[in-house]
Amino acid sequence: MNKQSSLMSRLAGAPYLVWAALFIIVPLGMVAYYAFTDSEGAFTLANLAEISKYKDTFVLSIWLGLLATVICLLIAYPLAYIMAQKGPQKQSTMTMLIMLPMWMNFLLRTYSWMTILEDYGLVNTLITSLGFEPLQLINTRGAVVLGMVYNFLPYMILPIYTVMLKTDHSLVEAAQDLGGNKLDVFRNVTIPLSVPGVVSGFTMVFVPSVSTFYISQKLGGTGTILIGDIIETQFQTANNFHLGASLSFILMILIFICLAVMNRFSDDDGGVII
Amino acid sequence: MKKTSIGSKLYQALVFIFLYAPIIVLIVFSFNSGKSTSVFEGFSLHWYKELFRDAATLDAFKNSMIVAVASSIIATVMGTTAATAIYGYKNKLLKSSVMTVTNIPMMNPEIVTGVSMMLLFVFIGAVFGKTGTLGFGTLIIAHTTFELPYVILNVLPKLRQTDPHLAEAAQDLGCTPLQAFFKVMLPAIMPGIISGLMMAFTLSVDDFIISYFVSGTESQTLPIRIFSMTKRRVTPDMYALSTLIFVAILVLLIVSNIISAHGDKKLSKEKGGAKK
Amino acid sequence: MIKRFFSCLIAAVLLFSCALPALAAPAEKDYSHLRGTTLNVYNWGEYISDGSEGTLDVNAEFEKEYGIKVNYTNFDSNENMYNKLKSGGANYDVIIPSEYMVAKLIDEDMLAELDFSNIPNYQYILPKYKGLYYDPEEKYTVPYTVGMVGLIYNTTMVDGPVDSWGIMWDEQYAGKILMFNNPRDAFCIAQCYLGQSVNSTDTKDWDAALDLLKKQNPLISSYVMDEVYNKMEKGEAAIAAYYAGDYLTMYDTNPDLAFCYPKEGVNYFVDSMCVPKNTENKEAAELYINFMCREDIAVANANYICYATPHALVLESDDYDLKGNEILYPDESQMPVTQIFENLDYETQQYMTMLWNELKIEGNSIMDAYVGLSVSLALVVIYLIYKFIKKKKREAYY
Repeated sequence: MNKQSSLMSRLAGAPYLVWAALFIIVPLGMVAYYAFTDSEGAFTLANLAEISKYKDTFVLSIWLGLLATVICLLIAYPLAYIMAQKGPQKQSTMTMLIMLPMWMNFLLRTYSWMTILEDYGLVNTLITSLGFEPLQLINTRGAVVLGMVYNFLPYMILPIYTVMLKTDHSLVEAAQDLGGNKLDVFRNVTIPLSVPGVVSGFTMVFVPSVSTFYISQKLGGTGTILIGDIIETQFQTANNFHLGASLSFILMILIFICLAVMNRFSDDDGGVII
Repeated sequence: MKKTSIGSKLYQALVFIFLYAPIIVLIVFSFNSGKSTSVFEGFSLHWYKELFRDAATLDAFKNSMIVAVASSIIATVMGTTAATAIYGYKNKLLKSSVMTVTNIPMMNPEIVTGVSMMLLFVFIGAVFGKTGTLGFGTLIIAHTTFELPYVILNVLPKLRQTDPHLAEAAQDLGCTPLQAFFKVMLPAIMPGIISGLMMAFTLSVDDFIISYFVSGTESQTLPIRIFSMTKRRVTPDMYALSTLIFVAILVLLIVSNIISAHGDKKLSKEKGGAKK
Repeated sequence: MIKRFFSCLIAAVLLFSCALPALAAPAEKDYSHLRGTTLNVYNWGEYISDGSEGTLDVNAEFEKEYGIKVNYTNFDSNENMYNKLKSGGANYDVIIPSEYMVAKLIDEDMLAELDFSNIPNYQYILPKYKGLYYDPEEKYTVPYTVGMVGLIYNTTMVDGPVDSWGIMWDEQYAGKILMFNNPRDAFCIAQCYLGQSVNSTDTKDWDAALDLLKKQNPLISSYVMDEVYNKMEKGEAAIAAYYAGDYLTMYDTNPDLAFCYPKEGVNYFVDSMCVPKNTENKEAAELYINFMCREDIAVANANYICYATPHALVLESDDYDLKGNEILYPDESQMPVTQIFENLDYETQQYMTMLWNELKIEGNSIMDAYVGLSVSLALVVIYLIYKFIKKKKREAYY
């Protein structure tokens, strides 16, 4: 009887295992294959050697992505905290309000920022009508980071909020009973308990920020070519799949390293609480 | 106490202004009578008319719907069976390695997922000496693949919450394992399946990056259409399109919220009744 | 007498048989078996009369007439088009590349020979645009538009008159200059300014052009293709190098814009309709090409896209709005120095692409990124060490 159900569970899992092998593992293998071959299909390290030219681009992408993620965290954390304190009715309304923009196409939202930040856009029109000098907003790194923060902020708010919501309130009360003041409780209970949310928020903002190309193309100028742009160019116009694949390969590895470092934080803190 | 509350209100207001400013700009300028996307010249519905005249955009919308419906259904069915299977795995190593693979499409940058899929499809096409491999088929495969983890992660927790003895009890009472699954387990995990399905659907409709790499000539989805529109001369008809999308989503959300609120009430009533 | 009568008759018959396909082409040949099929047309953006603002919707007209569904998509540069075609991921039936790309596609055996008996309207293409270097035997192409690249500038922001590419290197306009976002067109401007041949195979020439472009990089607001419309029309940028025909479209919206052909010379191009070899609907593709050369359709397109036309009937048509426009059709005395792109050999192409990639990442001055990243890395390490020590201490305490 038990055997029968375990056989069934094996059978039920088979289609998915095949699918995952074919469309998750094999494609990644293809990336590696293209990264290490030339156009004749022969093994080469030339593509990887080529990458050294793009090390600045990698550094810039990771830096801007990190900046955007940290800013997201600074904005999202207080908001998630405020939300978690509210009544259930208000909470669900606010969750909906945060999710609503996310469901609108991100290309359109980013394009809209372009019209806001342009030299003759809304912000500059407002500034000049108040009698100030217009600012250079578009085509800057600031604009690119703003675009990232804007697009991915909800991905930071929601996980933190969810974790805070699940926090056992009795822990907070216990800390208060033990004589902790508000700040102490916040520092020693609320923050450590929210770390898993921060880590998953960090992942969900950092990964798309580092690899974006649309945001930097629309809001950035000549000085903000990111690694995503380079990869996109290799596959869409330069017709150099091998270089594109090796760039993707390195990007993937770098991101996994960053995430592994990030996960150290949550592991350690798990130890601290208990 | 009062002071902090004013501060927090102001803070919330600022965040929401930030989140909604571009959307409001889009909506306002969709009603612009002029061509400009930054100077408002007067109210008109001109750009909505232009939008509905544009067959390519309507086609793209249709394509998006086809891909979203097909891929989310496949992903939900396959994901649910996969989740039950994974839940049943006794082998710890097998379980954790399957979960690691499942997580890859979620952790990997979308551009890498898109590129890897494109390479696979192009490679297979080259092996068989065929061109034009990219199309609805590849689009649906790619979407299904990145939706699967979300379905599985929505269903698994529900499985854990369900009493494992339930299925056994059903089997003891004479059900085949298959019957036990459909009659007992499935209703219990239904909420997870539905939320997985909804998530898969919205992810599919919204996806640009992966579709951008794996779509062919006849399968341009709405986001790809929007992308090519922003690469050309942009007129406010694109804004009209986004306004319509926004309104549709708003209505959908409100309706689903009302339904779920209604369901909750019913549920709590039933529970209340049971207690009495 | 009889002889004369006969010659008259022959002339009449000839005339009639010539006029017939033009007037009643669809009636003559039966295309009903193509009904319900799909035709994939891959064209530049803003390169067809699309029905916006009350113009003729050419694709819809074609669909209505023949019952063939037109699946119309856009590319934004020749390279973009080539890439899609070459990767083999997508099939197209009609494409409209420029001359050097046509040469490359023919070189690589990617174009199908056209059956000109299905394209009787080819007769209206002016002889001087037929049999050009890329297709000397007139087998693969039907010219669609011709044009030149020029300098577009905003007279409210630039002290005119402008007559040189040099203004694109003028620091006074830093951050207000737009440059082509494709290697061939971008290098062409530097090469023209340097007085080089745009078809040079000497890497030194290309290096010199790259140096010039690198000098320009910090002054540029962004590298653009069709994004140029909105930016120039709104006054977001002051100077742009772009195709002459598009200037006329922009001028309609913003009359402050002016145009010139710089004295150092410009690129002259011919964009042609072709059919890729792997087409699955060649007959419909030829039908479409013929349709595009029909007088009313050609006039509608020429009026909409504002590029110069190689079509004889359009040039004579009373409905053609740009007849004798001096930017599109400059007379001999006004004619700028022009160079036409040839297909570069493989090594030069690779070299150009490499330089182009180098140029694109040139502008990233990233001192701050290095500093910022090292600081964050240091912070992370310090934090982890702190955690580790704390843990050890606690263990010792227990």
